[in-house]
Amino acid sequence: MTAKLTYLTAPLIDKNPITLQILGICSALAVTTSLATALVMSAALTSVLCLSSATISLIRNHIPSVIRLIVQIVIIASLVVVIDEILQAYAFGISRQLSVFVGLIVTNCLVMGRAEAFAMRNPVWPSVLDALGNGLGYSLILILVGTIREFFGTGAILGYTILVPRSEGGWFEPLGLMQLAPSAFFIIGALIWAIRTRWTSQVETPKLALLKAEAQR
Amino acid sequence: MTELLIASIFHQNMALTSFLGICTFLAVSERIETAFGLGLAIIVVQSITVPINNLIFNGVLLEGAWGWMGLPDVDLSYLKLITFIGVIAAMVQILEIFLDRFAPSLYRALGIFLPLITVNCAVLGGSLFMVERQYDFTESVAYGFGSGAGWALAIVAFAAIRERLRYSDIPQGLQGLGSAFLVTGLMSLAFTAFGRIGL
Repeated sequence: MTAKLTYLTAPLIDKNPITLQILGICSALAVTTSLATALVMSAALTSVLCLSSATISLIRNHIPSVIRLIVQIVIIASLVVVIDEILQAYAFGISRQLSVFVGLIVTNCLVMGRAEAFAMRNPVWPSVLDALGNGLGYSLILILVGTIREFFGTGAILGYTILVPRSEGGWFEPLGLMQLAPSAFFIIGALIWAIRTRWTSQVETPKLALLKAEAQR
Repeated sequence: MTELLIASIFHQNMALTSFLGICTFLAVSERIETAFGLGLAIIVVQSITVPINNLIFNGVLLEGAWGWMGLPDVDLSYLKLITFIGVIAAMVQILEIFLDRFAPSLYRALGIFLPLITVNCAVLGGSLFMVERQYDFTESVAYGFGSGAGWALAIVAFAAIRERLRYSDIPQGLQGLGSAFLVTGLMSLAFTAFGRIGL
């Protein structure tokens, strides 16, 4: 059982899809201007990931390897259409804000990557656990970045004002940069730095190592 | 028209302001040559698929598109995702066969990156933005070319910066991915500044 549980816990930090595997970054950055969109996007991606992993793992022995990519894309795309329609029916405002990014789950490398690397070779139960773990690892980063960007950009969390901005009589000056695109890159860069300082095994070895000046003497 | 072209290349840059295709952007920017080849392939695929998807969406999928056949209530727009992905995959396949036959050297240089364009979010994103912003055919031609060119420009510039960055002394935790994110952030700041340009 503990071996199975590592499928779930490993992708949270040790093998985090965003900060280590470079998977699924596109959508992670764009939807994090507020916490609400980040939460909805995390839920949508995690459910697509779990369902697609379960389906693909269930029929993995019947998929001819030549056309496996097409089969995977069709399965993922159908699931995404379903999720997109559900969001438009029950959460229209949020789905407007997410615009094209729900549709872009189809080409999210995280979903394809887990399908190809894990679900094609493993039974259903581990595949679902692995998908859930990766989905949660992705959600963790999204929620962190979303909270930071919404809090410092507007002084609110989930729309509830925590720090009253100066325009409404408070002392807090909202950082406009946090609502713009570049801040997402900076925050994730800093997160990676923090994670790799704490868990040094994730550090990349440079292809061209620099010699220390002292060592040369 | 020109305004749309300039906007899609610079301040609405696919990679740097809409975050599309960032996975490939970070993974395939170690060398300028491959970055350039990939950028070229994206320009070609993007300028073909966005107009074609525009024709298909307005002619087949949009609500009321079947009105001339006496079926004004048919609304197939929920099929747009699957259709677009199909068109993109087919176009990439055709481009691959075409390059293999007529430009084998470029075909070999692109290698694995060509089929991977199918799952590049910049290409699907381009078509989806085209639908969302309701571009007509000529606008979609300009947008397709502009967004592809913008993506190519960004990845070539980024690869050049990364080649230089190799010789610098970076803190341990920032090596590789971390510094790549920070550099992309700075580039993104610079590209946002183009938004003030009016023509």
